[in-house]
Amino acid sequence: MKLEIILFAIYKERAKASSIYIELMTDSTVGQLISKIKNEYPELAAPETEIVVAVNSEYAEYDLQLNPNDEICLIPPVSGG
Amino acid sequence: MIEITHEKINPEIITQATMKDTNGAIVTFLGTTRDSFDGKRVITLEYEAYEKMALQKLNEIINDVKKEYNIDDISISHRIGTVGVGEISLVVAVASPHRLEAFQACNTLVDRLKDVVPIWKKEVYSDGTRWVGSENV
Repeated sequence: MKLEIILFAIYKERAKASSIYIELMTDSTVGQLISKIKNEYPELAAPETEIVVAVNSEYAEYDLQLNPNDEICLIPPVSGG
Repeated sequence: MIEITHEKINPEIITQATMKDTNGAIVTFLGTTRDSFDGKRVITLEYEAYEKMALQKLNEIINDVKKEYNIDDISISHRIGTVGVGEISLVVAVASPHRLEAFQACNTLVDRLKDVVPIWKKEVYSDGTRWVGSENV
């Protein structure tokens, strides 16, 4: 399945795009998605840093299974206020 | 009233949205943008939001705080886009029958907003920019 990953703030700047596309096996998890992103887009984040993911507007654990229609977004450290 | 807006915020309108005759206190917090970081002069600020999730998270934290402090009336407005130095970026108004709960609930709300709501702030300097909090990302 091909997933669109929405980017904001520092991730959007680093990727020079507001989304990227990642091809994953059906039933892949958020953890597998992150591994693939780190491999294919090393400019997004240093290898040792944690990337926070939101799936359908909820913060997601790394063992969550992804579906083709999920809205997936990478969430850099928030700094509202 | 909960909103994310590109326009200047009028704190009086946000405050008035919480007014009710059963309330004896309203605490309105204004978040304003600072003019410096680490000795560098900030020229302007840029805010970005994942609006759909931000509104959902704002609703969640408001509902939690209402329950925890037994409060009925809370209004929030967060500005995004370009915000000049010294301007208001956030207004949180909390009304309750007595002032202590309103002060405490308002403080808790701002804490949680800064913790979980997907909004990002970029400081713009004469010689560069910084996404606040993303130094080690």
